[in-house]
Amino acid sequence: MLFRYLLLLILLLPIKAFALIEVDITRGNLSPLPIAISPLSIDEESKKNFKKILKKNNIGSEISIVVENNLKQSGLFNPLNKDAFLQKPDIANLKPRFEDWNLIKAQALVTGKVTFVDEKLRVEFRLWDVLAGKEMMALAFTTVPSNWRRVGHIITDKVYERLTGEKGYFDTRIIYVAEEGPKVRRIKKLAIMDQDGFNNKFLTLGNELVLTPRFSPTNQMVTYLSYFKNLPRVYLLDIETGMQEVVGDFPGMTFAPRFSPDGKKIIMSFAQDGNSDIYTMDLENRIVERITNHPSIDTSPSFSPDGKYICFNSDRSGYQQIYVMDSNGKNVKRISFGNGLYGTPVWSPRGDLIAFTKLHRGKFYIGVMRTDGTGERLLTENFYQEAPSWSPNGRVLIFYRETKTNSKGEGFSAKLWSIDLTGYNEKLVETKTDASDPSWSSLLSN
Amino acid sequence: MNLSKILKNGFLIVVASLVLSACATNTKQSGQTQGDVYTGADTVEYLASGVKDRVFFATNETVLTTASRETLRKQAEWLRKNSKINVVLEGHADERGTREYNLALGERRANSAKDYLMTYGISSNRISVISYGKERPVDSGSTPLSWSKNRRSVTVKAN
Repeated sequence: MLFRYLLLLILLLPIKAFALIEVDITRGNLSPLPIAISPLSIDEESKKNFKKILKKNNIGSEISIVVENNLKQSGLFNPLNKDAFLQKPDIANLKPRFEDWNLIKAQALVTGKVTFVDEKLRVEFRLWDVLAGKEMMALAFTTVPSNWRRVGHIITDKVYERLTGEKGYFDTRIIYVAEEGPKVRRIKKLAIMDQDGFNNKFLTLGNELVLTPRFSPTNQMVTYLSYFKNLPRVYLLDIETGMQEVVGDFPGMTFAPRFSPDGKKIIMSFAQDGNSDIYTMDLENRIVERITNHPSIDTSPSFSPDGKYICFNSDRSGYQQIYVMDSNGKNVKRISFGNGLYGTPVWSPRGDLIAFTKLHRGKFYIGVMRTDGTGERLLTENFYQEAPSWSPNGRVLIFYRETKTNSKGEGFSAKLWSIDLTGYNEKLVETKTDASDPSWSSLLSN
Repeated sequence: MNLSKILKNGFLIVVASLVLSACATNTKQSGQTQGDVYTGADTVEYLASGVKDRVFFATNETVLTTASRETLRKQAEWLRKNSKINVVLEGHADERGTREYNLALGERRANSAKDYLMTYGISSNRISVISYGKERPVDSGSTPLSWSKNRRSVTVKAN
């Protein structure tokens, strides 16, 4: 394992003087990069001030734990045990003794410092290449102390980007449906949390059924389905103000909403007289446009990131399949031709893939295919799972999974899971309650 | 238009039942399902004496079976006698499908029942329709029998 990285280093040295260590994220990474996250150093005065505000004994080590957990969860890194660290955090941040870090087999090292400046939290951090004995990156920023977890996420994003060459996905949030109660009388609430499960907040009280929340590209707005007054309609919710409104004035059920990539339109299904078709509504001028007009069920629409195409789910062939059309509804083409039924297509933020749910011989799969339907790959199989949502960098999918109940109908649960595009690194995403219908935000800061 | 839809449905039933009877030995379950349409009495309630409140569907289907049409004819007869009563038809799907597609499927099932009531003279403004997709199962089991009870359209008094 170590040998592989050494080899990579030797090969890369003469070509790229700065990107010394690299993590290949295009294949299943079975040998994660050993990385040491030194606790961020902190002076006694700052420590006291942060303790007063944040009730944390040492905010420096707390932030480094956030970074450590993020990197571990990604499956691409192996954060080393801190007990083995020989150098003190403050000294390491000035000039690491690379032989010490080499000894514990760290190939990369993160060091840093937190200070309390004008009621604010100032952090600086450095990424070091241990084998080459070089600094790869140094950054500093200032924020309000209550943002300390986000500081950890931003550091992770920077480290991830520097070592993989792709943007991270850690300073993000997940909106989902929190579930409680027996299966036949489930209580559902909208909830939002950081990508790592912290800062969980409920956005509705559970008085009415809510389903399928999705973020706008700016993360400020959410569109979802609510059964308020027993009228299932698509709603728009402003997360900051809590303001809600119904989208459009339809005489029947509207459902399966998503934003257009520019955030200006909502695309959704409208069901009437047993037929569901796809419509868009412009949020500025409120103009409603009908996109499909077919006696079959047309639902689960999702725009391509350039806004030129829409993938959707239709049973016009007799069974649920995935189709792609131009954004005006022209040139409808079926793209799923494998065995089984296909649903919930969602276009990757990179534009090259469509993730989906597949039902075949009583099993449910999460998979991806190219936008012309070729190259289908199934990533995970289970009793029940559906509704993949992409991380903003298009490397990870989050979805939900339900368990089979026993003979008495007991033991039902619904949980969020994530999996790498490679099919490796399947992980439970911890939530306080049961959870379903996750939607991943874009990066909060850039 | 509606009548032709019904006639088409009727024809489909004949074809479907022929196909199903051919493989019924595998799918039949202790006399409670036919094909995979629930035929038992568990969970069924009554709008009035002899008037069942619900009809059941095959997996992924919205076609009414012979038994379902008989149930709906009785509902229509009862609604004609009780002309002040309005109803809501609640369409449901089982848990073995994606959420959004199931919402559409539930809507289609409830409308399939609505169309039938209308051909028996019940005015459309006495009938409203709501789909719950797979959100409101009556049976929490993870077996084909439980799923068959959940694929249903239930007629509920609205006033």
